[in-house]
Amino acid sequence: MPMAANEIEALIRAALPDARVEIRDLVGDGDHYAARVVSRSFEGLNRVKQHQLVYRALGGRMGGELHALQLVTAVPDGE
Amino acid sequence: MSDVKERIDALVKANEVVLFMKGSALFPQCGFSSRAVAILDHLGVPFETVDVLQDQEIRTGIKEYSDWPTVPQLYVKGEFVGGSDIMMEMFESGELQQLVAAAA
Repeated sequence: MPMAANEIEALIRAALPDARVEIRDLVGDGDHYAARVVSRSFEGLNRVKQHQLVYRALGGRMGGELHALQLVTAVPDGE
Repeated sequence: MSDVKERIDALVKANEVVLFMKGSALFPQCGFSSRAVAILDHLGVPFETVDVLQDQEIRTGIKEYSDWPTVPQLYVKGEFVGGSDIMMEMFESGELQQLVAAAA
């Protein structure tokens, strides 16, 4: 069951309100996405913990309803 | 500790570099697993793979064990490194090479 890109973005922003979220639908099937998430919440966390925050925001959909989400996380720099 | 946790514990401790994946290193059954194998092949280090499609208990257990919702998952020296996205990022930055060199 595919998820819309704006639904993914809304879930992430609900958990990480300051997040800048860019989502690309990789093959146009509404099921394979790449996301870049930039948030202050990631500060001081290693990559695994940063990704875990995003997965938690998606509330268990990752790996189920949401099949493929390539994820890159980052802390905002010097803004 | 449950049986499956003990089994996973034993696997990550017995192998310096171990990849939990869908399919085998020769025949990955998913694009992400295939990418993970390609990265490890490129590093040229020996690694073990565990095909979660052959073992339902590990397939569900590894997600809880690592608190990580997807497969592939890489462990080096008993530590969870991440999935294929993190592997790719670390490969591109040279961190993964350093990590496995330290493990070899």
